[in-house]
Amino acid sequence: MCPEQIIELMHEYLDEEIEPDKEQILREHLQTCKECETIFNELKKTIAFVKSISHMQAPANFTANVLSRLPKEKKKVWMGRWLKNHPMLVAASLFFLLMLGSIFSTWNQDQEFSVTKQKNLVVKNNTVIVPKGETVKGDVIVRNGKLEIEGEIKGNVTVINGEKYLASAGHVTGQIEEVNEVFDWVWYHMKRTAQEVIDIFDQPETE
Amino acid sequence: MEAIVKKRIKQVIKGDQDAFGEIVEIYKNSVYQLCFRMLGNRHEAEDMAQEAFIRAYVNIHTFNQDFKFSTWLFRIATNLCIDRIRKKKPDYYLDAEVAGTEGLTMYSQIPDKTPLPENEVESLELHETIQKEILKLPEKYRSAIVLKYIEELSLNEISEILDLPLGTVKTRIHRGREALRQQLQYV
Repeated sequence: MCPEQIIELMHEYLDEEIEPDKEQILREHLQTCKECETIFNELKKTIAFVKSISHMQAPANFTANVLSRLPKEKKKVWMGRWLKNHPMLVAASLFFLLMLGSIFSTWNQDQEFSVTKQKNLVVKNNTVIVPKGETVKGDVIVRNGKLEIEGEIKGNVTVINGEKYLASAGHVTGQIEEVNEVFDWVWYHMKRTAQEVIDIFDQPETE
Repeated sequence: MEAIVKKRIKQVIKGDQDAFGEIVEIYKNSVYQLCFRMLGNRHEAEDMAQEAFIRAYVNIHTFNQDFKFSTWLFRIATNLCIDRIRKKKPDYYLDAEVAGTEGLTMYSQIPDKTPLPENEVESLELHETIQKEILKLPEKYRSAIVLKYIEELSLNEISEILDLPLGTVKTRIHRGREALRQQLQYV
């Protein structure tokens, strides 16, 4: 029986990790020992056999089947990734939310009657009257009250959460706007903010 | 190729399932073959190979991008196959009756050591014989042999895939080789 060491050398050879001097020992032994030579050839044949059955193809539609089995992304994961990837949008929407909140709160706070202070405006029990024959210069804003226009207003009229009555003799040179609902109120605020922004940009040009 | 895979992985992490499809295309044959040689059944092999890709997708954020993707993928596939073999083992006790036969046990399915008939040498049947002998190896030798000679990976890669020291991998390949030699010597 040949030493176990020779078998070990065969494996080292097959792993392509044999040192040259050991390979020499192996070769010399194989030339003299028929039994070991047979084993060595059988080992090499075994490897060739196993290698010969490689190169298999995956079944058709394999990729499509995998993709169809992938989990739908969880909303939380999706949201998390989305928030991480769009910091600007997150900041913008947060800002928008806070602004909306503040507008709502001002709407709720402003339940008291108020009116812009102008000459010739008469105030009676939450009713603002522009008397006949009188002319009011500038924009008039009435909150939580009525506006009766019998004379003339040279400017815009805005009635928030109230009513406006325009007599046949009454006259308004600017625009008349009534704001009665929360959304109107929000819309009005947004328009006004936008108008202010535009005014800021317009100013340098007019000067 | 590794560069393309790395790029695709970054896209997959961002949630791009199409990019994952490209990764599947690149590795589907080798992963399927690995599973088939481990399990010996086309249906099971397809199932496990698909499962391996799905797990890779779900856990892609745990993949360390400094390493080779194929090593990680093969590790998932190998572990799945070994788990599967262990789970179904009770069905394959050698003295259990083979389904649909009367009194025929798995012992009768093992070829004896007498030389096989000449027609057995025909390529297709030879392939079946080789596959059968690989399947008879205990799974720890089978995985090492399949990774070495079917997937043609280096010993170092196999040691990473199986998460074993290099010396252990060598021992397993040596024993697997020796067992196969004894079974195939008269083929």
